[in-house]
Amino acid sequence: MKPAFALRYTAPVSGIIGCVMSEQTGYNYRVVKQFALMTVVWGIVGMLVGVLLAAQLTWPVFNTELPWFHFGRLRPLHTNAVIFAFGGSALFATSLFVVQRTCQVRLISDGLAAFVFWGWQLVIVSAAVTLPLGLTTSKEYAELEWPIDILITLVWVAYAILFFGTLAKRKTQHIYVANWFFSAFIVAVAILHIFNSLALPVTLTKSYSVYAGAIDAMVQWWYGHNAVGFFLTAGFLGMMYYFVPKQADRPVYSYRLSVVHFWALIAVYVWAGPHHLHYSALPDWAQSLGMVMSLVLLAPSWGGMINGIMTLSGAWDKLRTDPILKFLIVSLSFYGMSTFEGPMMSIKSVNSLSHFTDWTVGHVHSGALGWVAMISIGSMYHLIPIMYGKKAGDMYSEKLIDIHFWLSTIGTVLYIASMWVNGLMQGLMWRAVNSDGTLTYSFVESVEASFPGYVVRFVGGTIFFVGMLVMAYNVWMTARSNPEETAEPTVVGAAGA
Amino acid sequence: MSSLVSAIVIIGTLGSLLVFFLILHLNRHIARPGETTGHVYDGIEEYDNPLPSWWYWAFLLSIIFSVGYLLWYPGLGNFAGLAGWTKVGELEQTMAEAEARYSPIFAQYRETAVEELVTDADALKIGRRLYATNCSVCHGATGQGSYGFPNLTDEEWLWGGSGEQIKTSILQGRMAMMTPWLGVLGEQEVHDVASHVMSMAGRDMDEAEVARGQQTFMTYCVACHGQDGKGNVFLGAPDLTNEIWLYGNSRLHIEHTIKQGRSGVMPAFGKQLGDDKVHILAAYVKSLSRSNPEQSE
Repeated sequence: MKPAFALRYTAPVSGIIGCVMSEQTGYNYRVVKQFALMTVVWGIVGMLVGVLLAAQLTWPVFNTELPWFHFGRLRPLHTNAVIFAFGGSALFATSLFVVQRTCQVRLISDGLAAFVFWGWQLVIVSAAVTLPLGLTTSKEYAELEWPIDILITLVWVAYAILFFGTLAKRKTQHIYVANWFFSAFIVAVAILHIFNSLALPVTLTKSYSVYAGAIDAMVQWWYGHNAVGFFLTAGFLGMMYYFVPKQADRPVYSYRLSVVHFWALIAVYVWAGPHHLHYSALPDWAQSLGMVMSLVLLAPSWGGMINGIMTLSGAWDKLRTDPILKFLIVSLSFYGMSTFEGPMMSIKSVNSLSHFTDWTVGHVHSGALGWVAMISIGSMYHLIPIMYGKKAGDMYSEKLIDIHFWLSTIGTVLYIASMWVNGLMQGLMWRAVNSDGTLTYSFVESVEASFPGYVVRFVGGTIFFVGMLVMAYNVWMTARSNPEETAEPTVVGAAGA
Repeated sequence: MSSLVSAIVIIGTLGSLLVFFLILHLNRHIARPGETTGHVYDGIEEYDNPLPSWWYWAFLLSIIFSVGYLLWYPGLGNFAGLAGWTKVGELEQTMAEAEARYSPIFAQYRETAVEELVTDADALKIGRRLYATNCSVCHGATGQGSYGFPNLTDEEWLWGGSGEQIKTSILQGRMAMMTPWLGVLGEQEVHDVASHVMSMAGRDMDEAEVARGQQTFMTYCVACHGQDGKGNVFLGAPDLTNEIWLYGNSRLHIEHTIKQGRSGVMPAFGKQLGDDKVHILAAYVKSLSRSNPEQSE
C-alpha cells in the first residue's frame, strides 16, 4: 500500500474529523462514518452474545439463575443484534456512501440522515433492553414489540426518503447496479416489516398478531425468508457491486448478467418462504410452490457470485496481496455455497432430514458469517480509512487485516463443518428404527452425541469473534493516526522508497 | 380454495415462471463481449459480457423442472397433480405399511400376562426401546424419576403395581389431586400436621405437635391417606409412612404440599401407542422395580 501513503501525505491536512473532509468533497460522510463505526461495535456485541449462547448450548451451567441471561431470551437478542444492528449498520453505512458516490450528489438532508442514525440506534438499544426482559412477539426475527415496530417504520421511511431523494437528484444519467439492489432492499423490507408486524396492541409491551394458524405461519415465513432475501442478500449484493470492482479496480464482469439476475432474484425470492413449513399444516400446493421457486432461485443467486468473482478475471494476482479483496472474494464463495445449499435443503425429501437439526443453524451461519459478515468487514476496511481522510483501504495495519481474514475464514469453516456433522447425525439418529419399528435412539442420545460438534462450534465462533476485536483495534489505530501524525520523516521515507 | 383463488394461483405461478424465462431468454444474446457499456460510476465501469452459457442453461433447466414438478405434484391451485400425491396420503400410507410390518411383533405378547413378560428378554428389549422414546423424558433414562415424576425402580406404586394397574396408568393416564389446605387449616395446623406426617415416616418430632397434628390428620387427611397413612391406590394417594417423597422431603416442601396442594398428571398413551405396545411397556416398567441388572440390555 505504498502509494497510499504518498497520496495521503499529499492530501489536504484537514484533521481527524471526517465531516470536515466531507465539507470539501461535498458528500455527507458524517452519517456514513457513524454507521461504519457502529458496524464494528454492534458486530462485537452481537457476536459476543452468540459466543455466550454457543457456550450455553455446550455447557448448560452457563445458563445462570438470572432469567435475563437465559438462552431463550438471549437468542433473539443475538439474532437481532447481528442482523439488524451489525448487518443493518453496515447496510446503512455502505448504501448512504455508495448512493452519494455513484450519483455524485450529497444526501438530500443532513437532518434526515442524523434522524436515521440516532433512530436506528434507539431501535437497537430498545431491543437490547426489552428482549432480555422477556418482552417478545415470539415471531422469529420480528420479536420486537409494537412500539419499537412503529419506530422502525418511521426510521425506515426516513431512510427511504433519504436514499430515493438522493437517487432522484443524481448527476449521472443512469442508476448504478448497486443502487438497484439497495432500492429493492429498502422497498421490500418496508413491505415485509409492516405486513408481518400487523398486531393488536393490548398494553404498551404486549400485542397479538392479526394473523392466526397456518396463515400466521405463512406470513411469518414469507417475512422470515425475505428478511434473508432482501435484508441479508439484496442489500449486501448492493454492497458487493460497489466494493468488489472498486477494491479490485476492475470493471464489473457483465452488465447483462446483473440485469437478469437482479430482476430474477427479487421476483423469485418472494415465493420461497413456504419451504420453511414443509410437512406442516400449510396446504400442499403452497409447499410445492415454495420448493420449486427455491430451486429456481439458485441461478439468480449465483448470478451475483459469478459477477463478483469474475470481476477479478485478469487481476487474480491481487488476491495474493490484498487482504481486503480476500474478504470480499471469499465472502462471495460462501455466498455461492450457501445459496446452493439453501435450494437443496428446500427439496422436501432433503428437508425431512435436515429440518429441526443443526444443519439449518450451520446453513444460516454459512450465510451470516461467511457471506454477510465477511463482505461487510471487507467493505468496512475499504471505507473506514476514507472516513478519516485517507485513501480507500488504507488501514493502520494491513497485516492485521490479513490476520482477521484468516480468523474469520477458519472460524466460519469450523462453525459450519461442525453443524453439518451434527445436523446429518441428528437427522439420521432421529429416523433410525429397530427391526421392531421402535426408534433406535431416544432424543437425549442425539443431544449427547452432538456435544463434540457444539464444542467445535463454540471454538469456531470464538475465533470469529476474536477477529472482530482485531478489527476494532485496527479501526481505533486508523482513527488515531491522522494525516498530520503520519507525516513524520520515517513515513515520508517509506512513502518515497 | 375457491376456483377464483385457484385461478389466481395458477395464473400467478405459470405467469411468473414465464416472466422468469423471458427475462432470461430475451437477454441471452444482447452483449458486446470485452467492451464496456460506456457508463462510469465513481470510477466503476461495466463490461457488456454475455450471460455465461452454463448459467443460462442451469436457470432454464430449473424453470423446466418446476413446470414438470407442478404438473406431477399439487401446486397449481386446485389441480391435484398427475401423481395424486398428498402429504396426508403419504403419512397414512407410511403408517399403514409400518402397522402391517410391525404390529405382529407386538401382538405376539398380547396373550402373555404382564407378570410373565417381566422375565421375557425379547419383550423387555422392545419395552426398553418404547420406554426410551416415550417415557424417559419425565421418568428418566433409568426410570429413576425426578421431582414430581415418580421413581419407577422402587417398590412404591401410587396407582398400584400389578400388571393391569400399571397398564391402566399408561393407557388412560392418571390425574392426582392433593387439595390445598391452607385456607381450611391455617399456618399452625399445617405445621402440626406436617410434624405428624414426618413422624409417620419415622422421624423424631415434637410430641405435642405430633399429637395435635394427628387430630387434624384424622379429621381431614384420613379420607384419602387412610387411618394408618398408608395411602390409597384408587385415588393415587401416597403412602406417608416411608421416606419416599414425590415433591421433596424437607419441612418446607411438605408444608408447601399441604398448603398449596399438588396435581400430578400422567398423560394417556393409549391412543398413540395402542394396547399391544402398552402391554409390553407395562412389563418393562414392572421389571424396573425388580432391580435385576440382567434384564437391561
